[in-house]
Amino acid sequence: MISLRPSGFDELGLRRALSDRMLPVLVGAMTFLAALAMAGWFGTAALARHWQQGAGASLTVQVPQATDPAASGGQTRLAAVLALLTGTPGVASAHALSDQELADLLKPWLGQGADRLAIPIPAVIAVRLTGTASDLAPLAHRLDDAAPGTLVEDHDRWIGRLAVLVRSLQACAGLALLLVAGVAASVIAVATRAGLSTRREAIEIVHGLGATDAYIAGRFAARATLLAAAGAAGGALVALPVLLALARLAAPFVGQPAGTAGDTLQDALGALPVALWLALPCLPVSAGAIGFATAHSAVRRWLRRLP
Amino acid sequence: MLRFEAVGLRYERSGVRTDASAGPEVLHDISFHLRPGAFRWLMGPSGAGKTSLLRLLYLAVRPTRGRLTLMGTDVATAPRRALPVLRRRIGVVFQDFRLLPHLSAFDNVALPLRIAGRPEGQIRADVGELLRWVGLSQHLDTRPAELSGGEQQRVAIARSVITRPALLLADEPTGNLDDGQAERLMQLFKEMNRIGTTVIVATHNEMLVERHPAPTLHIANGRLAASDGRDDGWVS
Ligand SMILES: Nc1ncnc2c1ncn2[C@@H]1O[C@H](COP(=O)(O)OP(=O)(O)OP(=O)(O)O)[C@@H](O)[C@H]1O
Ligand SMILES: [Mg+2]
Repeated sequence: MISLRPSGFDELGLRRALSDRMLPVLVGAMTFLAALAMAGWFGTAALARHWQQGAGASLTVQVPQATDPAASGGQTRLAAVLALLTGTPGVASAHALSDQELADLLKPWLGQGADRLAIPIPAVIAVRLTGTASDLAPLAHRLDDAAPGTLVEDHDRWIGRLAVLVRSLQACAGLALLLVAGVAASVIAVATRAGLSTRREAIEIVHGLGATDAYIAGRFAARATLLAAAGAAGGALVALPVLLALARLAAPFVGQPAGTAGDTLQDALGALPVALWLALPCLPVSAGAIGFATAHSAVRRWLRRLP
Repeated sequence: MLRFEAVGLRYERSGVRTDASAGPEVLHDISFHLRPGAFRWLMGPSGAGKTSLLRLLYLAVRPTRGRLTLMGTDVATAPRRALPVLRRRIGVVFQDFRLLPHLSAFDNVALPLRIAGRPEGQIRADVGELLRWVGLSQHLDTRPAELSGGEQQRVAIARSVITRPALLLADEPTGNLDDGQAERLMQLFKEMNRIGTTVIVATHNEMLVERHPAPTLHIANGRLAASDGRDDGWVS
């Protein structure tokens, strides 16, 4: 029957050398920052996905002075442009926005009385394409011939710019994560080295009694793993309410109505992307892994000075 | 068991100057060998190099020249990772005890067994029995700082023999013991020696040596004088 070393057996005196205050607090702070960076990553990804869905293969066509007669034929400029659009291959639908729809669109910018303003507002046609837009220049030329001043706006270009922005933000979030992990590793390495020098005598005695490097490094690594994981769990818990608040603020932009999210606990918890829920528990695990690897290698390097 | 061939030892000087440089040689041309089960006194004036010779044997330092073979392993050239296994077969009583101050007497004695990964049940029985034998059954949970010098020495002695080592090294083990305790200690060492442990005891205690005559290694100024007695056993 094999019974292992008693769990409280602290032959190297690490409980005081690697104290349970400084290291967990610092790692907790790092984890808090890591959680924010992760939220930034997932948040930008969610926004980008939402906008991309909404504006996939579509165009907006603006027709100024829509009710004026067209250059040729007896119809209005709007009707001429609409006719041209529906006759164009690759166009799935072309729908002229009603005054009400237009007013809704402008409300955030001009307020309730947008339709009563004395400024000429162009007619807007929402066009859905069957595929992604090919070269739009010929179409824009033909529309401009039929109704001079007509503008074709390609959403793909905006989506492209948005994608670049999102990728940059995600790169920044990734960089922040790497930095935070690096700083956490340094903090653990410094704490381990301090522990090594305060426990030098005990280490030499244990080493002299035939302990392997792996044994001694394992004792340090176990302690560092415990402290880092506990600190990270604390940091992640503190970050949680902040993330929930951010998710609530972001809800209207990713298609959830502003009022509904956050009224009940369930709604509040549902506001975080599933990916973030999966990633948050990874923080203490990663911190523990960083603690283990850092302490282990620092101690092994230090032990090489002993015979 | 062990063989010295023209072994020299030089400590690295460290401290004031940042770069470590070689200090003076403290052991010169040490040559002798011991068969398994041998007993040797190690005697010599203070500063002669007794502790240094023992340090070579318990692998706290490696020879700077010559050849030292310990239980079949060439210590000068063996890789670092080969040494822990050797150390576990060597019991040491240090001149300054080297007990862990934050551990109880029991845990200090149990430490070599735990490092060797022995089952906890066996550890409890063996350590309890040995501490009773050295007269410390009242102090199983006492820390070294609360023990007298002689009691600490007995803890150190118990720790050195708990693994039944193949080689037992003791550096001035009776320094803090009264005559009765010293006799009891010699009984223990002789018993270990009788069951096959090679024993080397460095001491200034000439009375003790007279009472227990055995071959002696004389060391002076880092050199070994011819050892008296050729056989490995006790002088009858
Ligand atoms: N760690 C060390 N670094 C440098 N020099 C040392 C070191 N340890 C011992 N010495 C030197 O080596 C020489 C022998 O010392 P050692 O401790 O082996 O003597 P000893 O015979 O054990 O003496 P004592 O009977 O007083 O214990 C001394 O001159 C000492 O100054
Ligand atoms: Mg000495």
